[in-house]
Amino acid sequence: MLKEETLKVVINGQEVESSFGKTILECARDSGVDIPTLCFDSRVKATAACRLCSVNVKGRRLPVAACAQKMEPGMEITTDSSDLESMRKTILDLVVSENPTGECVRCEEIGPCELHTLTKRYGSKPGRFHGALSGEKSKDTNPFIFRDYSQCILCYRCTSVCGEVEQAHAIVPAGRGFGSRIAAAFDSGLLDSSCTFCGQCIQTCPTGALMDRKMLGQAKASEVTKVKTVCPYCGTGCGLNLHVANNKVIGTTPDWDSPSGEGSLCVKGQFATDFISHKDRLKTPLIRRNGVLTEATWDEAYDLIVEKFTQIKEESGPNAFTFWTSARATTESNYIMQKFARAVIGTNNVDNCSRT
Amino acid sequence: MVGRGAMSNSIAELKEAEFIFATGTNTTESHPVIALKVKKAVSNGAKLIVIDPRRIELADFAHRYMQIKIGTDIALYNAMSNVIINEELYDKEYVAERTGGFEELKHFIREYTPQYAEQITGIPSEDIIATAREYAAADRASIIYTVGITEHSCGVHNVQSLTNLALLTGNFGVPGGGVNPLRGQNNVQGAGDAGCLPNNLPGYQRVGDDAARANWEKEWGVTLDPNPGVTKVTAIDDMILGRMRALYIMGENSLASDANAGKTRKALEALEFLVVQDIFLTQTAELADVVLPAAGFGEVDGTFANSERRVQRVRKAVNPPGVAKPDWQIISELGERFGYKKKFNHPAEIWDELARNTPILAGISYDRLDFQGIQWPCPTSDHPGTQILHTDNFETEKGYLMPIPHVGIAEPTDEEYPLILTTGRRRATYHTGTQTGRSAGIELLVPHEWVEINPEDADELKLDDGEVVSVSSRRGRVQAPIMITEKSPPGVIFMSFHFPNETPTNVLTTDLHDPITETPEFKACAVKIEKIAQHHKKQSDKNGTQNTNQSLKMAD
Repeated sequence: MLKEETLKVVINGQEVESSFGKTILECARDSGVDIPTLCFDSRVKATAACRLCSVNVKGRRLPVAACAQKMEPGMEITTDSSDLESMRKTILDLVVSENPTGECVRCEEIGPCELHTLTKRYGSKPGRFHGALSGEKSKDTNPFIFRDYSQCILCYRCTSVCGEVEQAHAIVPAGRGFGSRIAAAFDSGLLDSSCTFCGQCIQTCPTGALMDRKMLGQAKASEVTKVKTVCPYCGTGCGLNLHVANNKVIGTTPDWDSPSGEGSLCVKGQFATDFISHKDRLKTPLIRRNGVLTEATWDEAYDLIVEKFTQIKEESGPNAFTFWTSARATTESNYIMQKFARAVIGTNNVDNCSRT
Repeated sequence: MVGRGAMSNSIAELKEAEFIFATGTNTTESHPVIALKVKKAVSNGAKLIVIDPRRIELADFAHRYMQIKIGTDIALYNAMSNVIINEELYDKEYVAERTGGFEELKHFIREYTPQYAEQITGIPSEDIIATAREYAAADRASIIYTVGITEHSCGVHNVQSLTNLALLTGNFGVPGGGVNPLRGQNNVQGAGDAGCLPNNLPGYQRVGDDAARANWEKEWGVTLDPNPGVTKVTAIDDMILGRMRALYIMGENSLASDANAGKTRKALEALEFLVVQDIFLTQTAELADVVLPAAGFGEVDGTFANSERRVQRVRKAVNPPGVAKPDWQIISELGERFGYKKKFNHPAEIWDELARNTPILAGISYDRLDFQGIQWPCPTSDHPGTQILHTDNFETEKGYLMPIPHVGIAEPTDEEYPLILTTGRRRATYHTGTQTGRSAGIELLVPHEWVEINPEDADELKLDDGEVVSVSSRRGRVQAPIMITEKSPPGVIFMSFHFPNETPTNVLTTDLHDPITETPEFKACAVKIEKIAQHHKKQSDKNGTQNTNQSLKMAD
């Protein structure tokens, strides 16, 4: 890897050390300076579509997009001024003027969306600019990704993540000018596209245009708690947050701090956790009586196991037992199982499902 | 042979690799997020070589795709070693200082010329030569593999001959390099770490190691058996012979996931007493004498260890249904009834007992895991964990180069069974469908099992796309519709094991296994495909489940 060469710049009057190749935005955020963004996702190439991150650079006639402009030695950058603030408010006024008024489902049910967090901060409201509304609700009926392009602001984060990170290229920018839109090939539904349903488009969307359909209609955002954990499927160990309302897991979002997942999930971690509350879950112990598994109490189940195990151990010794543990269960439960086999029953006949 | 059954390097590092050698791993389907790192590396200019009998999706991203005949991996890796040694592309200093067995390997490898390997593997010799040269030339060359390498009757030898390549070129201990098995289940690493292996106490300490055993005897207050126990594969044989009388399964649908399901059924039915602890009434639980309801994912606190040896916290978010309890609590309560009185109030206390007696985990505590996981080995509480293994030394005294002869698969095709069945996963579904089969919408992505077959084979058998066929091996028979696709090479069909009710694929697979690990050869067995007569077909459509159950019985 190339050794990073350092350079010195000035941000808001403070001298800051940075390195060649970094953008103004990266350098500013590294040094704790906040610049608002809307179309920016650090995992993909900057599109500089929204211009919200515009900053002044000494010697430049016009503001530059901090997400796309690379650092140059000696740059003097101003990230905050009344002119910049006013420009940002106007940009937001323009953005929301194309969207319908009324409450945002994402803010209501999932949590504050990035767009409305910013409009609140800048006191921006729809209605300043009159004109047609853009985008419409998609008729796509896939069960995972809700698409309402009347809420879309054409930031292209979804298409960039789909193309550059997932590399599925299921959705792309289509149309021109005011007719610009996000579409799957031939304007089809996502089930007929190359979409893998990784859900990353939902997670990067800064508005209510793309949402987790399985999570919608389940709870108000204020009733939801998030529990940081790790995906239960393959061995990648992607971090995720379980969204919980009324003692029910209603869905997941990625853990952006996960070292292996780095904010990504696949269709299983994103959309396949509803088995947790499935009606088929075992709720009581079962004991076979007259050939049929019938409900029993814990005491009855334990008593029967103790009776049979004791008899078999007395007759045939500990090696007539074998214990198969689970690569799906926690390490702690696995430890207890092998301890039970070795310390209580007295056998090393313990194995897990790794070889099969 | 270097001594650790885990990724030598880390998942995120793959993005920085200069060269990725992906062999026996259908990464986009089985490890979709790891595949993103591979794709990112390719976008950054890395060369990706994909070796697989099937033309998997990852091949679309590859610099070179090499379609290998099933079960001929050793010949390929040996031929690459042959090129690397003959052309003196190996790291002479590294080989001299860090490895053993070079002269033996050099002598042994002479017969494995690229031309000889071409005859065995079907891969053009010029591709073998080019790949060997590129691998040797790259500074950060990562080998990734999955069960396409290990689930063979020569699985250990596959890994050893593959590891030779990294040893010859000094690719251990290098960021973005190493030899990296991608593990298939969320906590397969943790189950091994915790000692759920018949030959290992926790932390991979051998049961035959007197000092290790003495330590655990002191911790547990008991005397331990110094002899290794039996694996699952041997246990199944012992059940059929009547030597194994009781089985306790925690969270596994063995009847659907183990090879040769007819034999597994026979073994489980021969038991006197079967306890199954699970979250659903699986096919396996249906055979039990006692079924215990467990709390599952999202309902328990604890840790999982991922492929890169990272111990991470999992947390309770909701209460379990009914009177279900965490696995550890059930087993602890049972232990108390056997007179074993040690009580745990929380998984953190269990972790501490495990960690303080396990050198590789000793420095890890729940407090340290609160924000992010830690990669073992982590011997002390101020140790940051280990991102890359084998930077300075191996577990064994040296990294041993192993002369491994090519052997081929255990059950080759013949006139009666002219096709090879290879099994694996599909992205949206998981294992026996216990969980993904109960998550809404997944059924639209993978609605049922199908048999992937090459157009040539379909033509020869006069099969139409989507036609329901009978697939049978020496052990059993199943039915499923076919999908005609170039993804399967001629002579090879592919099926998953995600729909065990309708299509119990594992009634077909062989339990012939690797002599060292006893891992069955899930990746190859001989089968035949037959058309189903029209009237028979209609009946099976109506009554699919019943018919497959019958075929399962017939397999006995």
